[in-house]
Amino acid sequence: MNSRQKEVLTGPILNNNPIALQILGICSALAVTTKMETALVMSIAVTLVTACSNAAVASIRLQIPSSIRIIVQMTIIASLVILVDQFLKAFAFGISKQLSVFVGLIITNCIVMGRAEGFAMKNEPGISFLDGIGNGLGYSAILMLVAFFRELFGSGSLFGVQLLKLSRDGGWYDANGLMLLPPSAFFIIGFAIWILRTLKTDQLEEA
Amino acid sequence: MFEHYLSLFIKCLFVENLALAFFLGMCTFLAVSKNVKTAFGLGIAVIVIQTITVPVNNIIYQHLLKKGALAWAGYPNVDLTFVGLICYIGVIAAMVQILEMTLDRYFPSLYNSLGIFLPLITVNCAILGGTLFMVERDYNFPESCVFGLGSGIGWALAIVALAGVREKMKYSDVPPGLRGLGITFITVGLMAMAFMAFSGIQL
Repeated sequence: MNSRQKEVLTGPILNNNPIALQILGICSALAVTTKMETALVMSIAVTLVTACSNAAVASIRLQIPSSIRIIVQMTIIASLVILVDQFLKAFAFGISKQLSVFVGLIITNCIVMGRAEGFAMKNEPGISFLDGIGNGLGYSAILMLVAFFRELFGSGSLFGVQLLKLSRDGGWYDANGLMLLPPSAFFIIGFAIWILRTLKTDQLEEA
Repeated sequence: MFEHYLSLFIKCLFVENLALAFFLGMCTFLAVSKNVKTAFGLGIAVIVIQTITVPVNNIIYQHLLKKGALAWAGYPNVDLTFVGLICYIGVIAAMVQILEMTLDRYFPSLYNSLGIFLPLITVNCAILGGTLFMVERDYNFPESCVFGLGSGIGWALAIVALAGVREKMKYSDVPPGLRGLGITFITVGLMAMAFMAFSGIQL
């Protein structure tokens, strides 16, 4: 693996994170993170869709007329998302119910579209595939981080396994109900960005 | 009957606000809320598109895609819901395009003020999300009209409110690491908490 491939694969995780720096794909990042399990499934789905759509778009990039490229990309992405949706309905029906509309919303997830338009249209299929995986991983990292805090403090468990015994079951831990509600996701991502930008000062924004 | 629609309207406007309770359309929500004027223009565009696409997709879903919906054409057992996603996104893209051309032809001033935001609405997840919620909750046609209008206005309300807060924030001293995106996230979190006070309202 040469240095460019490595950079494309690992860069988006910390240095150029799609959520924290590029403000892409935030919608689903917040809504599916009350549990680690749904967050993991969502991460895998988005990573696969991004990687495959990148590879597909890159391999036909020389044939796509630029005036209709958005529609071509949309169709490729929508077909991949339908595959993922049908797969989840067949093999993981419970999770697909919990994710509800958010599987379908991968279509309008800006990460997928943004990478197809910004990277895959200009690069070879192989490296585009890696770029898709890399950006998917960057997205997954934030998703898993948020889900970790929300599930641990909100219901005292991780992946459904009870770690902190809740006081309503006779244990010592009082569940923090706020963590299960929407606003907590905003606070956690906000603080995560704060920490990331304090460590990596080149990402600071002017006021 | 009227109360049912009013209740639905209030519900999707405040209680189930697309932006602050379901986090839909967040990318544009955070990126385009720097000043009230552009936020207002984008809000209006979203209201229009949402009010048109949700009922249109409702017709497509109820009369073409739903299981048994093709009975009128002699195919009572066909279930086409799996191609739904492509149909909905196609309708949305087409509607945005039509609206763009209509505005360009008849209301050039509004067209110019919306500028780049119009085509961007295609990839705004609030629009597709509204359609998918309509499908999941199996709304009938009048309900879908009310839902489209209400959820569009709810989203517009949220983005204008956030833009107002951000304009005032220029005067405050934010820690360097939080400037820009970070503090915006926290502001939205506080706004979402405020909107949660509406939960449980039933008319």
